[in-house]
Amino acid sequence: MIVAKKKPVEEIIEEVKNYEKILVVGCNECVTVCEAGGKKEVAVLASALRMYFMNQGKDIRLDEVTLERQCDHEYLEEIRNIIDQYDAVISLACGVGVQFMAEKYFSTPILPGVDTCFMGAAEERGVWSERCQGCGHCILARTGGICPVSRCAKRLFNGPCGGSTKGHCEIDKDLVCGWQLIIDRLKELGRLEDYEIIAPIKDWSTERAGGPRKVVREDVRQ
Amino acid sequence: MKTNTPSKLEKILKAGHMAVTSECGPPRGSDPEAITKKAEMIKNHVDAINITDNQTSVTRLCSLAACIRLKLMGLEPVLQMVVRDRNRIALQSDILGAASFDIYNILCLSGDHQQFGDNPQGQNVFDIDSMQLIQMVRLMRDEGKFLGGDDIERPPRMFVGAAANPFADPFEIRVPRLAKKIAAGAEFIQTQCIYNLDKFELWLKQARDRGLHERVFILAGVTPFKSAGMAKYMKNRVPGMDVPDEVVKRMSGVPKEKQAEEGIKICVESIQRLKEVEGVSGFHIMAIEWEEKVPEIVERAGLYPRPSVED
Amino acid sequence: MRLRYPSNIRIILLPCTGKVDVIHLLRAFEKGADGACIVGCLEGECHYNNGNIRARKRVEQVRQILDSIGIGGERVQMYNVSSSEAPRFVKIVEEMTEKIISMGPNPIKIARKRKAA
Repeated sequence: MIVAKKKPVEEIIEEVKNYEKILVVGCNECVTVCEAGGKKEVAVLASALRMYFMNQGKDIRLDEVTLERQCDHEYLEEIRNIIDQYDAVISLACGVGVQFMAEKYFSTPILPGVDTCFMGAAEERGVWSERCQGCGHCILARTGGICPVSRCAKRLFNGPCGGSTKGHCEIDKDLVCGWQLIIDRLKELGRLEDYEIIAPIKDWSTERAGGPRKVVREDVRQ
Repeated sequence: MKTNTPSKLEKILKAGHMAVTSECGPPRGSDPEAITKKAEMIKNHVDAINITDNQTSVTRLCSLAACIRLKLMGLEPVLQMVVRDRNRIALQSDILGAASFDIYNILCLSGDHQQFGDNPQGQNVFDIDSMQLIQMVRLMRDEGKFLGGDDIERPPRMFVGAAANPFADPFEIRVPRLAKKIAAGAEFIQTQCIYNLDKFELWLKQARDRGLHERVFILAGVTPFKSAGMAKYMKNRVPGMDVPDEVVKRMSGVPKEKQAEEGIKICVESIQRLKEVEGVSGFHIMAIEWEEKVPEIVERAGLYPRPSVED
Repeated sequence: MRLRYPSNIRIILLPCTGKVDVIHLLRAFEKGADGACIVGCLEGECHYNNGNIRARKRVEQVRQILDSIGIGGERVQMYNVSSSEAPRFVKIVEEMTEKIISMGPNPIKIARKRKAA
């Protein structure tokens, strides 16, 4: 899932303080699962903002709605009939949802209510960690199913570097060394000899370096 | 004697001499004397001088310019190059720049993570890794090609080195990793500072078992402790460093004013022991901000005078 | 024991403090409550294992939010009291009442009145 974290209320207040009719829009997908931008978080943020502005003596209308997704036209359309009632929207979706809504409702300010962090997994309740950077060409088959791009601080394709200590990364002793994981897994799979195959230089043009990316599927396109 | 480059370091190693290299860290400013003074101190006692490349990610005068300073003094620089700060365009470009000044040695490194330096909020590059940098320099030198496939006019002639840390984890891949660097094209290796001699010798034995010592020149890295505090710091704070308790104890066991001498003594003893180990082709003495002690260490370790080789 | 405690407290019964959500507490303040006491079972004695531990974390969140919007996080407090400790319950309620009186009314209530006037 896409993992996000709530923005501090103070930062959101600063962004919306000049508006009077605000819609807080949650997203029922990833950000609900990572407890940053679902229905519950929408209610909490709206309540906090209502109290803040009330206390400031400002008369502000704050409404709440949570959509199934904010990265699909059909769900975003659900607010078309009400969007004109507001002079700003706080979207608690990931950066994708915020932007997609801004494209659709071009004349309404759409403000982010979360900080979008990474693509990751729920390690345990309350702990999410990164697994993928969407580099556009997956090499997990060659690295024992552990990604050196997302899990090595230097994204080394031929790691580990000399800073790997007792299974941990040089930048943080609480961070597992991705290459230690790769080696452990290759060993488990009986493929440790593959370690000595030199990984070729990566083509980064399928990654961010190649500019904004697009997947076009003619077979499913209408 | 067949050499691949005009490198003096390569000639010395191939002639079967114990090589001695040292390093100078460039200044955090633009004063050329900061480099030339350090180089003057050690020039008669070493065969080549490494210039570090923004070590520990602290911004400094660039390695290439400092190497050119050494070259202008008639000395033999080893250009250290990390892949942290430059993409493949900049790396190739700097290699050509170095080649234009006839810099004949390069040490290919990943580089410490920027978090350790003065710009922890900076972006890192890591377009290619150190292994691939080795391959790239060899491609440029041996085939006269850019990474993109085009021909290079007057290709670089560089003796290609890599680093090895026998003490990083996991230990079981330390020798395979060395093998991998050799397969990538490394011709000489400069190791991490060695304090745990037993572990180093075990690593080297495993390398010998695979015949790796015959395919690469291994220069054992040593760094003298200035104080017991430095020993403790290296033990506890520097990632991938293995300083055994007895070494720390030995440093702490002498009075403060004699600790520097004890540090030199340990360093000299290490060299003397490792000189006898099969597979050690020389020493890389990293006297961090203590370059003036390098001649003394070289002399006391019996590595002086340095051999001369014909150009 | 029929002990007396301040009459300005309204008791809301819940099966477990684990049922208390952040939004419930915020709503209470939005509606004008001056303070809220969350009184759970003793730690380690939750019938649902860790309901009271969860409640404590949520209370902490509410305190942070109330602080950042200028209402005052100290208006919410978590206590752990066993059912046999009636005198302690009374003491806590008295303590809390005193604290809230010294902090003054919930500013939201004042703002609402001002608006109505």
